[in-house]
Amino acid sequence: MIYREAGQFKHTYASDQAIFPIVQDRWIVLALLAAAFCVPLVATEYWLQAVLIPFLVYSLAALGLNLLTGYAGQLSLGTGGFMAVGAYSAFKLATGFPWLPIIVVFLLAGLAAALVGLLFGVPSLRIKGFYLAVATLASQFFLVWLFNKVGWFTNYASSGTITAPPRTLLGVMVTGPEATAGVRYLTALALVMAFALIAKNLVRGRVGRCWMAIRDRDIAAEIIGIRPLRTKLLAFSVSSYYCGVAGAALVFLYYGSAETLAFDINLSFLVLFMVIIGGLGSILGSFLGAAFIVLVPIFLTNAPEAAGLGLPVALQKQLELMVFGGLIVFFLIVEPHGLARLWQISKEKLRLWPFPH
Amino acid sequence: MNVKRLLIGALAGAVIAGPMAPAVSAQPKEIFIPLLVYRTGPFAPSGVPIANGFVDYFTMLNERDGGINGVKVAWEECETQYATDKGVECYERLKGKSAALVNPYSTGITYQLIPKAAVDKVPVFSMGYGMTASADGRWFPWVFNFPTTYWSQASAVIRYIGQKEGGLDNLKGKKIAHIFHNSPYGKEANPTLEDLARKYGFELTLLAVDSPGQEQKSTWLQVRRLNPNWIFLSGWGVMNQVAIKEAASINYPMDHFIGNWWSSSDADVIPTGDGAKGYIGATFHAPGTGFKVHQDLFKHVYDKGKGAGEKVRVGEVLYNRGIVNAMFSAEAIRTAMTKFGNKPLTGEQVRWGFENLNLTEQRLDQLGMKGFTHPVKVTCEDHEGAGPVMFEQWDGKKWNIVSDWIPTMRDIVRPKLEAAAVEEGKKLGYTMRDCSKEK
Repeated sequence: MIYREAGQFKHTYASDQAIFPIVQDRWIVLALLAAAFCVPLVATEYWLQAVLIPFLVYSLAALGLNLLTGYAGQLSLGTGGFMAVGAYSAFKLATGFPWLPIIVVFLLAGLAAALVGLLFGVPSLRIKGFYLAVATLASQFFLVWLFNKVGWFTNYASSGTITAPPRTLLGVMVTGPEATAGVRYLTALALVMAFALIAKNLVRGRVGRCWMAIRDRDIAAEIIGIRPLRTKLLAFSVSSYYCGVAGAALVFLYYGSAETLAFDINLSFLVLFMVIIGGLGSILGSFLGAAFIVLVPIFLTNAPEAAGLGLPVALQKQLELMVFGGLIVFFLIVEPHGLARLWQISKEKLRLWPFPH
Repeated sequence: MNVKRLLIGALAGAVIAGPMAPAVSAQPKEIFIPLLVYRTGPFAPSGVPIANGFVDYFTMLNERDGGINGVKVAWEECETQYATDKGVECYERLKGKSAALVNPYSTGITYQLIPKAAVDKVPVFSMGYGMTASADGRWFPWVFNFPTTYWSQASAVIRYIGQKEGGLDNLKGKKIAHIFHNSPYGKEANPTLEDLARKYGFELTLLAVDSPGQEQKSTWLQVRRLNPNWIFLSGWGVMNQVAIKEAASINYPMDHFIGNWWSSSDADVIPTGDGAKGYIGATFHAPGTGFKVHQDLFKHVYDKGKGAGEKVRVGEVLYNRGIVNAMFSAEAIRTAMTKFGNKPLTGEQVRWGFENLNLTEQRLDQLGMKGFTHPVKVTCEDHEGAGPVMFEQWDGKKWNIVSDWIPTMRDIVRPKLEAAAVEEGKKLGYTMRDCSKEK
């Protein structure tokens, strides 16, 4: 009844090709965005620091991997490595050129990651599927080993830890210990918003269609004139760019300081799970998946206590792991196409409500 | 279908309501201490006894003395699994309950909390771990890492090896290998070892083991090829057990294998059985239950059924470390109370307490800890105290102290430490404070 598109006519190509062709969608998204920017006014520091900032950072990484795995169909387990490239090059840039604006540092760090991604994308021309996943695994281990081994990347810090130096943007502290959680949240939000918009347009345009053609049947795609070399390598570099920026944001906006351990294989798996649970080949899915992976464990940690059950922490943790694992299995069974597909189904139903066929 | 819908609906609700910070439970009449623990995961063998020791000591204070100077201690555990991001989440959740201090129990988490400490006004007490450079209190007023740092410990280990070799001069040409957890924690000792290798002319080999350390075959292959005279181990959790097992399997002489104080607990040697006999560990407190404080623990905690762990595990090395950690924290709070009165204190007041802590031999005797640990004096400049190190040896059943208190090489470590503090402090945009102006 409310969610009805009757009477919304498209008179121009522009209106037909809009990202959100339905007026209600547009309003909901605008309202959500406005709300997101107002969050720091009401949220506590715990919410911002422990929930919303990681959610945004992981969303960005999931977005990047989704472009590669969901849209271009190239399975990658190197996300953690590419994020590490972003983080370490952001650190080198920020400390080597202190006058560089921090946003420029993030963007250049992404560029460095894109170059590395391009390099590790080369095997994708010859190998596919699980074999490619194993090849990208090599990048994961190699890159983390490199940052651990070569002191130059950490400015020869004896502990091997990189620390985000204090930097301002428009006169406000955005990184370093003095930056408030609210400011860091807003910076992350702006970054994620801009990159999500670019990603959405990328996948709706020629580039995205090429990626999807390669994903669905690479030989057929080649026959109709899509060059696998350029398309696959582009997918790798764009995806790595996103992951690189996410890695820089992880250290500069979330952790404050980090070691290579933060970028180990678990991070790659985590981001891959986000993409799979959220929905392969869906921008919205990246956000839903990140929300699932970041928020559900925190809920499961806090729930027993909020319910007044004073469980020992060890038992609570084990329960959390079991329930979380169970939920993942449950969702993959009821909806193998991810949370984004669930949303799509409910949208279809909402359109017909209250008169379903 | 309905069940499915219900579940999905419930989950959506859960995700939205998820991160609700739980209601504040600590009453303002109590001192609140957040505990970041790891009772699960690959580091649980090391994490459980520490957490139990810590909790038991505070339970004992509450039961026996009604708290610290009559002010009850409240605490809440938060499981980190030794993971940095979980630790930060825990800290953010618990600091809002007016935390008096925080014990991160992980060097990785300590690095995260150091920049936050000054902003949140919660002192970080990283007892014998964390960032070595933070021992310079002029640069890091909010961080305390007494009684000794990794660098000082490494120097004491070299001094001990020197003693065994019949003098530090005899180290020339000897081969010493450092097997370390490839993380900020494991790497901490490296710069000091390198300096000492240059000074005393021994040949140092650094062998990194990637976290969590279950896989060490290649490392021990290198050890076999190298055949070092001494091995120094900086491991944690499951890595220690594996390292000791591997050493036993290549028949490395155990009495030339020295673990740092996080690599020499009961859980590390027991799995190797008799093969671990003779293994040596560094420590800054005694093992066992032969002290008055343990009798009090049995009487006021375990006999009342309030113990956090099993009674038989009281007195394990890491359990005792938890006690020492809790005792230092409690004494810092007590010191702060002499200035600010017997009431729940803020983090700022407790910081003053830490900085003016002077734990004398006499005070240790009153606490039932005579001979259990070494006296410590913290000052504005020196947050380390540079306490000496003891060595203990595993005889197959229990740990025995086999050395006197071995002094650290402060003359070598401190200048390096101060230089590192300048560097680390500048990274965070700090300035050096003038200690003569502190009261």
